[in-house]
Amino acid sequence: MTDTPHESYPRRDRDWHPPALSLPYKSSRLRSPNSRPLHFLTTLSEETGPVFGHDVLNPLDHDLIQNFAKPGEAAIGPRIIVHGKVQDEFARPVAGALIEIWQANAAGRYRHKREGYIAPLDPNFGGCGRVITDDRGAYEFQTVQPGPYPWPNGPNDWRPAHIHFSLFGSSFAQRLITQMYFEGDPLIWRCPIVGAIPSGEAVERLIAPLDMERTIPMDARAYRFDITLRGREQTLFENRSEGL
Amino acid sequence: MAQLKESPSQTAGPYVHIGCTPGHAGLGGSDLGASMKTGPVQGQEIAVCGTITDGADDPLTDALVEIWQADANGVYPGTTGADPNFTGWGRKPTDEVTGEFRFDTVKPGLVPYPDGRLQAPHVTVWIVARGINLGLHTRLYFADEQEANGTDPILSSIADESRRATLLALPDGPDRYRFDIRLQGADETVFFDM
Repeated sequence: MTDTPHESYPRRDRDWHPPALSLPYKSSRLRSPNSRPLHFLTTLSEETGPVFGHDVLNPLDHDLIQNFAKPGEAAIGPRIIVHGKVQDEFARPVAGALIEIWQANAAGRYRHKREGYIAPLDPNFGGCGRVITDDRGAYEFQTVQPGPYPWPNGPNDWRPAHIHFSLFGSSFAQRLITQMYFEGDPLIWRCPIVGAIPSGEAVERLIAPLDMERTIPMDARAYRFDITLRGREQTLFENRSEGL
Repeated sequence: MAQLKESPSQTAGPYVHIGCTPGHAGLGGSDLGASMKTGPVQGQEIAVCGTITDGADDPLTDALVEIWQADANGVYPGTTGADPNFTGWGRKPTDEVTGEFRFDTVKPGLVPYPDGRLQAPHVTVWIVARGINLGLHTRLYFADEQEANGTDPILSSIADESRRATLLALPDGPDRYRFDIRLQGADETVFFDM
């Protein structure tokens, strides 16, 4: 038996992420596997992934205030900048990461055929955008601050204002979808989806603070949202078959 | 040791298609991952179809499925020698009525395992949807690759042999395979933590 040096991804800390089943979040009840996922060390299949070039971006993809607006018009709502950096667990910047975001409009309504909230649609707001991180792992969007909205879960559940983030790093092992919340929103700590996250410390990581440094005077406030993806490290791969 | 904790996951929610397949969601434009071929590809072209069913046996009609795989020669796109016309990555919404997903791809070749053995032809599958708090990873293997499957390091190490069958895509006509995913229940699909 020999050991092969191999760069793999340390195992995900599943006690840090929300568990598959979280009873207060009703949709998880029928959609959570009963068995624990089986562990194996990452292989080439997980350590590679698609690469996205800037050719996948349209010029206004980073600007949700404008990207669905008619010429000369703009999305309605509080103008904000959302920016930050994407890094891995070893604090290395993740350059070239594709970030896709989607969100409700300023009134708390999504542009989606299954959306039933009575709040109005904004004809100048689509609610999606994408960017690719630069060499330092930095990214920036312009958008309007989404509104909170009620949703059918408990008798009176409201989602805190949030922006959905989908992240592609350099491998499929890093694939992550999460949500960004806004500093000071009292609904964060009442939300069953947020509440599925086991620790307050982990929840805090999803709360973007107001960033006055990046605020544009007389124009837009800024919120900073840094994201951490899994990172690779050298490990010794034990050459034996191990039961899963 | 890692210095930082990964950002915690949150569900993709019911409107994931707005962000990830905006064309499908009616917002216009073409969707990333809609096609896995940019020209004539090497190897056997196949279609993989399936559904994802919940604990009540209802298909998920609001899910997003992504796949990632090697080309017909077992080379991952983006690495030396890969088929230049094959992207290896597909992303599809499940049908809003039937819950069916479909990928037009190629049958992947054998892929190296870190200890020098080979992995059977397989496709990495990732599922997100409302009610899924952390994206679910699984693997699709091909039922007609019995010999390779028998020595695959991942498949053959699943202790409960009866569960291995949940990872097998079944031939369903010429160049077609069926891969139905079950989130809960007696025949629950094997999901991976890797």
